[in-house]
Amino acid sequence: MIAFLIKRLMHAILVMFVISVLAFAIQDNLGDPVQQMVGQSVPESEREALRERLGLNDSFLIQYVRFAKNAVQGDFGDSYFYREPALEVIARHLPATLELVFAATLIIVLFSVPIGVYSAIKPRSPISRLFMGISIIGISIPVFLTAIVLIQIFSIGVTVTLFPESTGWGAWLNAFFSTEGNMPSFGRGYDLVNVVGNWDTNLATWNGLQHLVLPAVSLASIMLPLFIRLIRAEMMEVLQSEYVKYARAKGISMRRVYFVHALKNTMLPVITVGGVQIGTMVAYTILTETVFQWPGMGLMFLDAINRADIPLIVTYLMIVGVIFVVTNTIVDLIYGLVNPTVKLTGKPA
Amino acid sequence: MTLKKTLLASVIGAVVAGTTLLPMTASAETLRIGYSADPETLDIHEQLSGGMLRFSHLTFDPLVRWTKDFQFEPRLATEWEQVDETTMRMTLREGVTFHSGNEFTAKDVVWTIERLKESPDYRAIFEPVASAEAVDDYTVEIVTSEPYPLLLNLATYIFPMDSEFYTGETDDGNDKTEIVKAGNSFASRNVSGTGPFVVTDRRQGVRVDFERFEDYWDTESEGNVSSIVLTPIAENASRVAALLSGGVDFIDAVPPNDLDRVREADGVNLIEIDGTRIIGFQMNEERVEAFQDVRVRQAVDLAINQEAIADRLMRGFATPAGQFSPDGYSGHNPDLAPRYDIERAKELMAEAGYEEGFSVEMIAPNNRYVNDAQIAQAVANMLAQININVDLRTMPLAQYWPEYDTRQSDMAMIGWHADTEDTANFFQYLSFCIDDETGAGQYNYGNYCNEEIDALVTEADSETDLEKRNEMLREAEAMLYEDVGYIMLHWQNLAYAAADGIEAEPVVNAIDFPYLGDLVINRSDD
Repeated sequence: MIAFLIKRLMHAILVMFVISVLAFAIQDNLGDPVQQMVGQSVPESEREALRERLGLNDSFLIQYVRFAKNAVQGDFGDSYFYREPALEVIARHLPATLELVFAATLIIVLFSVPIGVYSAIKPRSPISRLFMGISIIGISIPVFLTAIVLIQIFSIGVTVTLFPESTGWGAWLNAFFSTEGNMPSFGRGYDLVNVVGNWDTNLATWNGLQHLVLPAVSLASIMLPLFIRLIRAEMMEVLQSEYVKYARAKGISMRRVYFVHALKNTMLPVITVGGVQIGTMVAYTILTETVFQWPGMGLMFLDAINRADIPLIVTYLMIVGVIFVVTNTIVDLIYGLVNPTVKLTGKPA
Repeated sequence: MTLKKTLLASVIGAVVAGTTLLPMTASAETLRIGYSADPETLDIHEQLSGGMLRFSHLTFDPLVRWTKDFQFEPRLATEWEQVDETTMRMTLREGVTFHSGNEFTAKDVVWTIERLKESPDYRAIFEPVASAEAVDDYTVEIVTSEPYPLLLNLATYIFPMDSEFYTGETDDGNDKTEIVKAGNSFASRNVSGTGPFVVTDRRQGVRVDFERFEDYWDTESEGNVSSIVLTPIAENASRVAALLSGGVDFIDAVPPNDLDRVREADGVNLIEIDGTRIIGFQMNEERVEAFQDVRVRQAVDLAINQEAIADRLMRGFATPAGQFSPDGYSGHNPDLAPRYDIERAKELMAEAGYEEGFSVEMIAPNNRYVNDAQIAQAVANMLAQININVDLRTMPLAQYWPEYDTRQSDMAMIGWHADTEDTANFFQYLSFCIDDETGAGQYNYGNYCNEEIDALVTEADSETDLEKRNEMLREAEAMLYEDVGYIMLHWQNLAYAAADGIEAEPVVNAIDFPYLGDLVINRSDD
């Protein structure tokens, strides 16, 4: 176990090293940070002086060695825009993103498991077909569009006048499809509760939760259909297996067969995929956070790209690399718990 | 209305209750703003940008400021007179205090001008100012090295800072005065101005909170905004949605695609203003020999249909341009209208010997100006009609300027707003013959050079008789029009939108700095 964790730590360091080299190698293509820091009419001599002060004129190697020397001591340089250590900036934006990912994951788990299991048990029922149909649409709609549509329906509100207002049923249908709006469409709200350090939470107040709903649903909308289909496919396969047939033959109640015997084995591949997908979800936060002006890492990263804020970009990429390694490690640990036959250290059993 | 009603109510209340009430000002109002960007720093001299100047107008006051029709309105300077050719004497407002409690006097103005001359972003603009001197506590004399007609234009950039507050050493031994770009200086974290609002909280990139300054000098202002919450919302669609859903009361930069939606929505009002930023193209004469021929340049200009771009592509959100200066600027020449004549363009191409046409590369940004990439595409298509085949590349802002600086393409898009709100500025940066020493023609991508025009504009810039000066600048515009040193497209409009009851129309202007200290909110439920 300890050997396993140490090995993963080495992985993390290797990943950070590779990412930092890559990020430095492409920084010339990220744009000119000085351009963003000065007014348009500032003469070239002033720009040159600033470039010199920021060390942007040094060769790739010198810049990298300088960065690496500090990075080893935990100093990843100061963000040009925030004027603070990049690591602190990221630490401040991290909780918002993690809460968003957490809420989205919760939605995915709560919906994908029951729906997936149901449509595996009753593949021919109309409800299953409906879910499968919706999930196909869900998979193909980009998150950006989902977010904008959600904002239109739940924040701005829509008035439907499609049906004849004079008839009772028409008025009822109009009212049924019209929405009031009023859900918050941006930001985390002003009613946050400080938990510890720079972690303010949205989860403790009604207002905070309201702000969280739409972004979390948008973010979940990318992964939810995928998981429903995955769980359904795995479950259907497991239901065909010998041990399920045997359990049925033994006369064990169907509920126990489905939810204890079958589901447990269904979840193994789902956990593996899930681990990888949570990493992907961090990437999707960039889009979701931009639409909802959610002040997390994703929005911060996109702004940093637009401003060519190189120290922040490099640090973000390295941190995301670490997040991937960490989630994979956790997935492997959970995997071991669910399926004790797996040996973490990878030695032959 | 609110003020009167409230006063009436308090008078009645006082009579009924038989007690004396404190005189009440209009009721407390919070304004929630969604701007496309938040101020980069709190140090107003660290960066010259639209965001910073808006911030300056919130927390500071300039000596004079622009009115909607480009006149000067006294703020901290109440009177001014030209003492001799190079000296202007300004009388300052008395009884003004800074947020820190310090009193505002002439020494603060002198200190601020000296600091401006140290600022990398403002140094070039304040080059003409030789010195400033406090005659007494409320009189200051500003001396220019040569006769300079635009001193009042510069005075709109002088937001006196609290010299006492910004002098000394911080706990960690740094000079409080220093201007550090992208660094952690005292001034970038602390602010003390004379302006209508005080910063109470700031989380960069997330929100800035302001409270009205209790001792604000301008008690005649009807502005009744007691606090402001500014949230930066960079994404256009999200900013509009935030307004429509009632999450914010006031937004800037409404995108052209959403203009109709905002115009027709209930409970919000669209405010459109003719802007002053010229959008156009430059032709690289160094790389393309044909562009050295004035007939080819004229043909390019004639082949482009400015009206169509403004009408259809911009949906009326732009004013077609035939010159740099928008209406209201000193050098605006009413005779110069956009030209479009495809037949004449073809003739000119044939006369110049380019009937067969040629191929050029073109670059344009795709997130800097309104519809920039689409405009470039439209221009490329129009040029195809006179057999100029355009290979267009568009790129994001962060990559565009480094690419632009290399001058390695044949045509490039650029928009320009004159920092001085004056005609000469356009010429100096965009069309002057390039001179690395003086910095002239810094953004003259095409290496266009017409010494006659340069001489005329330079002469105008030391002409203190404004009537004469304007005449010279109008002449310069006409010369550039004939010689086609820059392909003018349009001045991009500005659009704000506000919720009902936010009377924003009187406080917004073409310069794009809303004077929110004077904003009146009159919500119907009061």
